[in-house]
Formats: sequence, C-alpha cells, structure tokens
Amino acid sequence: MDTTVTTGNEENVWGGGNRPLNASYGKMMMWFFIVSDALTFSGFLASYGFSRFKFIETWPIADEVFTHVPFFHGNYPMIYVAFMTFILIMSSVTMVLAVDAGHKMKQNKVIIYMFLTIIGGAIFVGSQAWEWATFIKGDFGALETKGGRVLQFVKADTGERAAISEFSMTLEEDRVADARDTGIWFTDNESLPNYSLNEVIEGFKANPNILIRTEKINEEGEKTLLTREQSLGRLKDAVRVVEGANLIRNEYGSRLFADFFFFITGFHGFHVFSGVVINVIIFFNIILGTYERRGHYEMVEKVGLYWHFVDLVWVFVFTFFYLV
Amino acid sequence: MAHEHKLEIFRGLLKFKSNTQKIWGVLIFLSLVTAIEVVLGIIKPAFLVQTSFLGMKLLNWIFIILTLVKAYYIAWDFMHLRDEKSSLRRAIVWTPIFLVSYLVFILLFEAVYIYDIFKNGFFAWDF
Repeated sequence: MDTTVTTGNEENVWGGGNRPLNASYGKMMMWFFIVSDALTFSGFLASYGFSRFKFIETWPIADEVFTHVPFFHGNYPMIYVAFMTFILIMSSVTMVLAVDAGHKMKQNKVIIYMFLTIIGGAIFVGSQAWEWATFIKGDFGALETKGGRVLQFVKADTGERAAISEFSMTLEEDRVADARDTGIWFTDNESLPNYSLNEVIEGFKANPNILIRTEKINEEGEKTLLTREQSLGRLKDAVRVVEGANLIRNEYGSRLFADFFFFITGFHGFHVFSGVVINVIIFFNIILGTYERRGHYEMVEKVGLYWHFVDLVWVFVFTFFYLV
Repeated sequence: MAHEHKLEIFRGLLKFKSNTQKIWGVLIFLSLVTAIEVVLGIIKPAFLVQTSFLGMKLLNWIFIILTLVKAYYIAWDFMHLRDEKSSLRRAIVWTPIFLVSYLVFILLFEAVYIYDIFKNGFFAWDF
C-alpha cells in the first residue's frame, strides 16, 4: 500500500477537482435526474400492472380501444401509435446527430438537427392530443351497471360493434341537466349524454339484432357475448349511459384503464412538451452562438439525454398500454 | 465528454465506420424491432396467445423482451452509455433495475392475491 502515493497523478485523488466518472457535473446531474424520473415512471407503470393483474379478466383490450387514424375512417388498431413511436425514435436520431455535430463544432448542422428534433417532438405532442381527444369523445357508447361494469353492444348478424346512436329510440322525455341552482347545491351534474337510459333500453328491446357484450374476457381472449335472453336480463342492471371516457366513467371498460391512460400518457406528454420547450431554448442559444463562444456543445448533449429518456419512456408506455 | 466512440454493436458483429453511420444503423434496428412488435400485435399468432409462461402469454413476454432490447440500444447508443466509464454506467443502470424488479414483484404478487380474493372470496364486484 505504501506505493499508492508515489505517483504524481494520484496525489490529487481526495483533493477534489478530478472526475472519477469522467463526466462533467452537469451531465452527472442530468443522469441522476433521469434515474429518479425513471423510477417515478416505473412506479406509475408498476401500479398500472397492479390494477391490471387485479382485473385481468375484465381489462379492456387495447386493440379495440385505439383504432383510429386521423383522416381515415375504419378500424386500424395500432397503426397510428406505431407512427407516433416512429416519429419519436426519429426525433431521437436527429438529436444524436445534433450531439454528434456539436462534438465536431459544426454550428449550422447542429441548428438543422435541433430544428428537426423540435418538429418531431411537436408532431408527437400533437398526435397525443388527438389521441386523447378521440379517446375522450368515444366510439360507440355503452351502458354502465349499478356495480360500475360496462355493457357494450354488438350486432348479432355481423359481429360488429353497434353504436347506441344506431338503435336508440327517440322518446318524448323531459331531460334536465342539474345545475347548481336546481340540483344538489354543491355540485354540477355530469353533462347529459345524447341518449337517455330509457331510449337505449327501449331501442334495444325493439331491435332483436343487438346483443350485449360484457367486460369479461373468455378463453379465446375476446370479450364475452351474451345471448339475446341473457342480454335482456343483464339490461336490467344498467343505471346510466356512458359516452366516451373521463376520469370517472369509461365506455371502453374498466375506469381504471382510462385513469391510468390519462395519467401516464399525460405525464409522458408533459415530459415531451417540456422537452420541446427546453429544446427550443437550446436551439436559440445555438443560433446566438453561445456554445460556439463557450467552446463546447455539452448543453446539447445534456438536453439530448433528457430527450432520449423521453423516447425511452415512450417505448415502455407503448408496450404496456398498446401491445401487451 | 468522451469524444472517441465505440463503433461496434451486437458484440462486435457489426462495426460502423463513423458515429453517424452507427446512429443510422441503430435507427434501422429499432424501427425493425418496432415493426415486428406492431405486426405481431396485429396478427396475434394463435400459438403465442394460447401458450402461457409464468402466468403470462408468450406473446406478451416477447413484447416485453423486445422492449428491453430497444431500451438497451436507446440507452447505449443514443444516450452514449457505451462510451461512458463502466462505473457510471453500472450506477445508472443497475440501481433502477434492482428497485424496479423489486417493486414489480411485490405489486404483481399482491395483485394476483387480490384477484383471487375477488374471484373466490365472498365479495361481489361484477354486478
């Protein structure tokens, strides 16, 4: 051990100023932030897994929930979200290229690649907003039972989903949404759905081609379809019409699914948004030549780490919300 | 701030001439993996859905493994972990891996228990 202090390099080991991990302070801190943020996201995804395993037999099937592509009608599960994933990976690539150009001190190239990265991020956030809007608006509408379970409708002849607007009757009814001055004083009522419970029930009785589909997943991995008699029996449990999804009601099935979807993709979307904002700030700094004067482009590398992390999280969100 | 890059991926099977080339190579690989995931997700091959391993469908295991593969290449090549000192890399990677596997284990174990209670206990929730 007496030989350890003889070399000149190691005199300074405990005196500060050296970099045992060969990374600058800022970069280390970015990594620490990323690790802790990764743990936060893992917490969310693990609790999603918890709720899902708890209701493993009734959980909504993602392929039936996210089926829309902007500007196209029809049933295209997975396509749009695959596009979003590709956009995010692509913007990650332009970010690495920006970092690489920064190492070589090529200011103009960094500007171009940062710009493309920002565009990619903006497209992604926009797509996510659209995805949210579609999810909130809903597809077919459903009934909710006393126990909070969701009953969906299927056409018996084709096996396709039936929207409540297709078979509901129009009845002469007075439907009033409670306001604060007429209803319970401390709460506004939920906004009225387009059809009342009675209209859906009467329409169902009048149309023998409609069957009820419950949340329960059968052995083939599909939602259980009731017979006409069972459907009429189950209809008695219904207490309200649900259209679309929010934090309290969800026409697609378990409301926890909607809660976790809003929370986790929302939290991720917020990360992407703040990533875009930070990228824009760095982008202007590059244009102004701040890093050229500083002599290195390490800031680009640091925001790059954050940006890749956002991409990394999306890879997991994509798997656990849309694939598994 | 290591300026020199390690340019080999797949344990040296593929060696790129420059860092830029490596980036595009990794992009192609990641896109390929995503494409495989999407195709499997749309087709859902019957034998993968019906076979179950450790309480989960084989298909879901494939998705999770492919996700981890993608995460590895994003972290190693896009976030430059390949070029960092191994001590930094280990501190960053093994801390979450340890904590997350622990958390996932206890939460999923508990969830399966609650599932059994809901299914077999005197408790009505599907009404």
